[in-house]
Amino acid sequence: MNKKHLRILLLTMGVVLLILGAVRNEAVSVYTKAVKICLECIGIG
Amino acid sequence: MKRRMVQYISALLTNVNLPGFIQGRIYQGVSKHVCVPGLNCYSCPAAIGACPLGALQTILASSRYTFSYYVTGTLLLFGVFMGRYVCGWLCPFGLIQELLYKLPSPTWTIPRWAGYIKYVILIVFVLFLPVFLVNNLGMGDPFFCKYICPAGTMEGGIPLLASHPDLRDAAGNLFLFKLLLLVLVILLSIKSFRPFCKIICPLGAIYGLFNPISIYRYRVDKEKCIKCGKCAQNCKMGVEMYKESNSLECIRCGECRSSCPVEAITTTFRLGNDSK
Repeated sequence: MNKKHLRILLLTMGVVLLILGAVRNEAVSVYTKAVKICLECIGIG
Repeated sequence: MKRRMVQYISALLTNVNLPGFIQGRIYQGVSKHVCVPGLNCYSCPAAIGACPLGALQTILASSRYTFSYYVTGTLLLFGVFMGRYVCGWLCPFGLIQELLYKLPSPTWTIPRWAGYIKYVILIVFVLFLPVFLVNNLGMGDPFFCKYICPAGTMEGGIPLLASHPDLRDAAGNLFLFKLLLLVLVILLSIKSFRPFCKIICPLGAIYGLFNPISIYRYRVDKEKCIKCGKCAQNCKMGVEMYKESNSLECIRCGECRSSCPVEAITTTFRLGNDSK
């Protein structure tokens, strides 16, 4: 497989994974975490 | 300077909710569903997007999922398009380190072997521990965010603790430990160029893997190159561009291109292979 085909494959995988993740509500999980103060991130634990 | 301007604009665009610093509240708009390309804590009051590393660990540490299609897909797209161009041009924490490096100080060169540490941190703290070190409910912690990430302490911890007395009361040894790590990174950044990116950053480790195949990449014309080594002398990331044009450490800052006396280094943005 040359690099051009590898790039196309990875881009396609990226789009498919992104859509699959959105379909199974991962984006909502990310949002839920991102809109509240992340105590671990800020060092409270 | 073109790159610096892009860095400022990118930092501002990902942290455009500036009133959040005064209000002590983090942004809750819909854009927080989406990961930004660079390392930028989503608990920063100004952040309007999600940090990809934080998002990845959130999914991996949850009891519901053991793999994140969403964040992996996002990282694949950023990586295949840009590789570590993200680090050099779009990452706010990279910009902070570069500004610190401008302060006058004797410099210190980070040994090359230290660059492998970030891959260990990626595997252990981002991918392994959040999945396998879980409580009775099957939930883990975002270990990199919790025990290492100085961006979270700087962008989220300090401003939020400054505006929330209850958070200040809750801060204990973990916060002190992370604050010490942040101070260490700041001191190292004054003496060395981007020490966090070189040694610690798991996001840079991920994007670096895409450098050899990314659509935006560097190319050295072997016929023009006179192997004078000027590119290597001017590279603050320690890359010998004339030997390895798509090194995993290259952040695409362009110093090598501007220092090349024969203009042998060019950039390309092509899906297909290079013509030479």
